[in-house]
Amino acid sequence: MIEFLSVLIYIGIGTAIVLLSFYVARLVRRHNPYRAQIVNYERAEQPAGLPRLKINLRLFIFALIFLMFDVGVTFLLLWAMAPGHLGLFGLIEMVLFVLILLFGLFYAWKIGALKFGPIMSKRSVRTTSDS
Amino acid sequence: MDNSVGAAFWIISTVIILSSVLVVSLKNIFHCALYLILALFGVAGIFILLNAEFLAAAQVLIYVGGVATLIIFAIMLTSDLAAQKISQTNENRSISFFICLLFALSANVLISGTHVWHYRTDPLPDENVATIGSYLMTEFMLPFEVISILLLAAMIGAIVLVRKERS
Repeated sequence: MIEFLSVLIYIGIGTAIVLLSFYVARLVRRHNPYRAQIVNYERAEQPAGLPRLKINLRLFIFALIFLMFDVGVTFLLLWAMAPGHLGLFGLIEMVLFVLILLFGLFYAWKIGALKFGPIMSKRSVRTTSDS
Repeated sequence: MDNSVGAAFWIISTVIILSSVLVVSLKNIFHCALYLILALFGVAGIFILLNAEFLAAAQVLIYVGGVATLIIFAIMLTSDLAAQKISQTNENRSISFFICLLFALSANVLISGTHVWHYRTDPLPDENVATIGSYLMTEFMLPFEVISILLLAAMIGAIVLVRKERS
């Protein structure tokens, strides 16, 4: 368990660096906010509309697919920690596991669920232009 | 060593309890999600104290890395939710506080009244992640492959559900 102390120290150093950089930035910067400084940066132009706009739910699909692969990675970890990766048999097993998972990604790709950019269906176009 | 484990337990428990209370009491739902991440991290710490390294890794990978990301993603995608102040309590809070207190007290009475706890005294295998891994890849090979099919079904189900929104 004592080896996890290094993890703790690592987390501590990471947090300290973030806090320190905030503190140093606070010391160094000049504090006189004027309007151009506090408006939202939007493609170097004058902002059009509010920053909080309606985002299509379709983007949630990326998070969901990520979650599935995330769970898959947990099992990859088990395979990676097993002694000698259990040889060729273990490798074949793991490749099969990943291939089955990849089939889901392929399916999503095939039906166009991963498409970014303008949305084809009329209803979605209306909801995005509403905002 | 034993003393430092005890100290670590108390520190981690305090962090978990404080951040859990903040999760259900803060008004900004985005801050709640951040404290939820801290609480889940704390639970991973408890798992490490219990020598359950795989559970700790799974906790960090799945709950902190996956579920919490999903929650934050959902908050970000919901328009204006991250900037709103939402009260998490209503007028029933004092009644429910006493009911929870009663529950905690009775649970405490039950726990302290139990004198016989069944411990497993045989030591854990040293490399318990590796042991789980080799069991999963040999003896429990079929369940292991079924897991991937389950994940596939979940993924396709999620895709179909999200796509239903637009048609």
